Parts: sequence; C-alpha cells; structure tokens
Amino acid sequence: MLHFLRRRFLFFFFTYLVSSLTIFFLLRILPGDPARVIAGGREATEEQVAEIREELGLNASLPEQYLSWARDFLRGEWGDTIAFRGAINRDLIIERSINSARLALVALLLSVPLSLALGVIAGLFENKLPDILISLLTLSVVSLPEFVTGLFLINIVALRWGRSELAQSLGWWFPSSSAVPANASFAEMLPALWLPAFSATLVMLAYISRLTRAGVIEELKRDYVRTAALKGIAWRTVIWRHVLRNALLPTITVIAISISWLVSGLVVIEYVFGFPGLGSLLIAAIERRDLLLVQAIAMVTVTVILFANLSADVAYALLNPRVELG
Amino acid sequence: MRSLQVNRVYATFRRTAADQLRHPQSAIGTLLVAFFLILALFGRQLAPYSNPNDQSHDARVAPTLDLGALQLGEHPFGTDRLGRDVYSRVILGAGSIFRIAGLGTLISVILGSALGLFMGYQGGWIDEVIGRVIDALLAIPALLLALVLIGIIRNLDFAAGSWQAALADNVILLVISVLYIPVVARVARSTTLDIKTREFVEAAEIRGESQFYIIFREILPSVIPSLVVEASLRFSYAIFLVASLGFLGFGARPPSPDWGLMVNENRGGFYQLTPWALEFPALAIAALVIAVNLMSDGIRRAAQKGA
Repeated sequence: MLHFLRRRFLFFFFTYLVSSLTIFFLLRILPGDPARVIAGGREATEEQVAEIREELGLNASLPEQYLSWARDFLRGEWGDTIAFRGAINRDLIIERSINSARLALVALLLSVPLSLALGVIAGLFENKLPDILISLLTLSVVSLPEFVTGLFLINIVALRWGRSELAQSLGWWFPSSSAVPANASFAEMLPALWLPAFSATLVMLAYISRLTRAGVIEELKRDYVRTAALKGIAWRTVIWRHVLRNALLPTITVIAISISWLVSGLVVIEYVFGFPGLGSLLIAAIERRDLLLVQAIAMVTVTVILFANLSADVAYALLNPRVELG
Repeated sequence: MRSLQVNRVYATFRRTAADQLRHPQSAIGTLLVAFFLILALFGRQLAPYSNPNDQSHDARVAPTLDLGALQLGEHPFGTDRLGRDVYSRVILGAGSIFRIAGLGTLISVILGSALGLFMGYQGGWIDEVIGRVIDALLAIPALLLALVLIGIIRNLDFAAGSWQAALADNVILLVISVLYIPVVARVARSTTLDIKTREFVEAAEIRGESQFYIIFREILPSVIPSLVVEASLRFSYAIFLVASLGFLGFGARPPSPDWGLMVNENRGGFYQLTPWALEFPALAIAALVIAVNLMSDGIRRAAQKGA
C-alpha cells in the first residue's frame, strides 16, 4: 500500500507541476507582449502596461518568472483584479469558492443517494424492466448539455410553477432563479441552490448509477454469492451484508471524481442560473479580459481537483485491503 | 497483407451497419445525424430565407408550425424580437456546428493518432515522458482548459489578415484540437502497443522497412477500427463543447445563427417575449447531441463485438 500511495503522491506532484506550467506558459508562448495582454490588450495605457511588467517581473528570465509566480500563488498573493475594481483576486476567489462549494455540497447530497439507489436497483434487476427504464432515463438526461436542462428547469419550475398558488404557499424554499448576493449566508442562499444543484444532479446521475450498476452485477456473479445463497442465507441478507458492501467500494472513487467533474461542470450551470460562484467568476473574468484573475481561478480549480483525486486514491487504498497486493 | 487489413476495416463497417438494424436506437441516431448533415450541407437551399439576418419580417410572430395539419406556415418556428425567421436560422446554424466539431475532430484524430502511433512504436523514454505529460494534462478538466485558452487568445492583439488573426477567429477549432489530441494519442498508443508485437510487424522490421513505412503501412490499418470508435466519441463531445461554448458567448459572434448563441440571446427577460426563439435552437442542440451519442454508441458496440 505504501508503494501505491507513494506512486500516487508522485503523480500528484508531477500533475500539479505540469498543469501549473501549462497555465503559466500559455500566456508566454503565445505571440504578443504578455504585459499588454494582461493589461487588457489595445485599450490599456502605456502606464498600465509598464506597471504590470514591473509587477510581474517580466524582465527576468522565464524560469525565474515561473518560480516567482508559483511562489506568489502558494503564498496566496494572487494579484489585484482589473475587472472588479477595488477588490483583490484572493478575496474574490475565496468568496466565490465558498459559494461554489455550497452548491457542490447540495448537488452531492442530492445526487449521491439518488444515483446509488438507482444503480443498485438497476443492477439487481439486470436487463429487466426497472433496469431498462433507469438506463433510458439516465442516458437521455446525460446527453443533454447542462445549459439545456438548466434553462428547462428555470423556465418550467421557476417561471411557470413559481407563479402558481402552490408555489406561493410553499414560501421561501421554493426554488427561484433570481440572483443572490455573493456574500449571502448559507441559509439565505439555500432557496437559490436547489435548482442549480438539481441540474448538476441530472448530469452526475448517469455516471454514478451506471458504475454502481456494473459493480452490483459483477459482485452478484461471484462464487461466494452463490455459496451464501446455497447455504440458505436469506437473499436479502446476502444483498445487504455482502453484495452491496463490496459493490459500493469503487463508488467512493467515483464520488471523488465527480467532485472534480463538479468543479468544471458547475461553470455552465452557475452561468445559466446567474449564481455567484467560481465558475461564473471565471466567465466574467474572461469577458472582462482580466487574465491574472483567469490564471488564479484556473490554478485554484486545478488544486481542488488534484486534491480530490488524491484523496480518492488514498481513501480507496485505505478501504480496499486488496490494494496492498498490487 | 494489405488487402486483408482493408477487408478488416470493411468488415467493421459492415458489422456496424448490421448492428444498427438490431439496435433501433442507434439506427435512429444515425438517421438523425444524417438529417442534420443534410441541413448543414444544403442549408442555404433548404431554408426559406437564405439570409439568417433578414429582418424584414414582423417581429415576435408566434410559430405557425401545425403538426396536426402537417403545415409549416409562413414562419414555422416564429420570428425573434428583431424580426428574423427562427426556422431559417436554425437550419442555417447546422452548418457551423458541423463544420467546427467535424473539422476539430478530424484535426485531433489525424495529429493525435500520428503522435500515439509514434509513441507506441518507439516506446522507451520518449513514450514514458510524453505519456506522463498527457496523463497530467488530462487531469485538467476540458472545459477549464478550453476557457483559459479562449480567455488568453481573446486578449491577444493581431494585425487584421495575419495568420494569427485567422487562428483567433477559429479559436474553438484550436481548443478542440488541443483538448482532444492527447486523448486520441492515448488510444492510438495503447492499440499500437498491442499491434507492434504481431508477426507481420516483426516481418517488416526484418525486411528492413523504414520506421515510417512500418507505422503507417503496417500498424495504422489495424489501429483504424479503434480510431473510428474514438473519432465518433470525440465528435459527440465536440458537438457538446461547441454548443456549450457558443452558449457561454465564446463561440460565434452575433448575429451568426449559432444555436448556442441563439439560446443565450433569447433567455432571461426575452424568454417571456419570444419563448420559441430559445426553445427551437435548444431542441435542435438536444436532438443533435442525443443523436450523435446514440450513433457513436452503436459504432462502439459493433467494434467491441468484432474485437
């Protein structure tokens, strides 16, 4: 297991290095003056360009520039934003990351139990009606782009049903597509979280439930299941005590992977719903040509994803005794 | 040997065709893709108004499409708030999504398989280094990489008419290639590793054939079936990506009849005014994405059966 973990850690650091180099050098290898590009292209004044050149130390050699950039990132010095005057990148990103994390949390709480249940049912009824219905449902939902399902939910649930008497009587928790302030508390934000979280759920549903289904089917074919059944152990006990326990192990990894999926999948969903998260901040930063902010967001996102992947590997190694052999 | 390889490729296609008949959903998907392809190729002839930005109609006309009576009417999908015929715009929009997604897939399959074949055949430290870098690159989510690339390229300042400006205009094409070349390379590499141990490759090596000959004349034909599967998968992802980037406003510029852009332009407050101007392009995107997925599912199934 130690060997497995050491390799995973090595891969983590290597991937982190490659992604940070990619994010850093994308700006450098492209033609043009990076300082002018960062300052906002043609519209930037000479002073702004000079200021940025000074700030980024663009007169130093490339490896030196990379090292000082990486050091600044690790220290949390992510520069000032051009697009959102008066704020610094770190505060903006942290505020928006918290909002995105809240959205991801609600989405996971909705999608994981639902898709596990669907996957287990589909696996137990392999190729029978429940399985076919579930696979049809999940396949048709996953094929749709997030913005199509998101807009559908906004138009049907929030705009059409939202005006009905039922919705009015349900009061504050009814999902609404109206924008929330970025610094709202979790409780204030909750009513606005349901719908975007549900669209994210629709996308994740298919991935998690299909993997769970495959796990259950594989486990049901094992010899020990047959032995247990032949020994006269109640089928329900076999399922709960043996099959599910083994079949759900890979799902832990899937959940961690879906966290990394969430990080990027939420970009579109946040934009559709006007939700003040990291994804919509990234879109805004690109639209307003704030490249330092884009770089910082990309680095933060990559960091989150790589940590999620690493912890999935560690959790899997800890939970699965067989990894020790491999 | 060559004709045998060609026969194998041909057999894969025949199996695909036979499989489509057994799985009606992939046949439906393939037919729908063919339908959209016809729209993409002959959109100018098929659309009632060949200029997508013809604003001479009344604005905000409700759809005249009558499915019960099978009549199209003057504006089957209505007109948008600027008086443009939505039906014509949806038809004309098929071209751009096919061109960008198709061309992007083609570029990444050609370059990616060349890279993968080379890596797989060479082996050794070259393969190890490029392979690790590819693994690391694939850990970055595609959409994030795409957005960062677009964000940077949009900021660059080029002289009009230069090749860099042409590149910036086709930034989505570039993004698709950058994202999918590593993926295709990985698939081509793993198949090559399997093929290069076969006797006919050894025979060619003993004959003293050049590396170029061995990679492209001996190994490539055997790798093609898995490349076809990967290409169809990449194409479905590319359609998805082009539609999403168009919706986010990073694809075609207004007033192009791009489906994603049309959805974005008609949402929010405008949705109350002209819901059809959003619904029909959204429906077109959904139908095309599902159709391409069903088609590539069928291709994958047929190839797996043959393997």
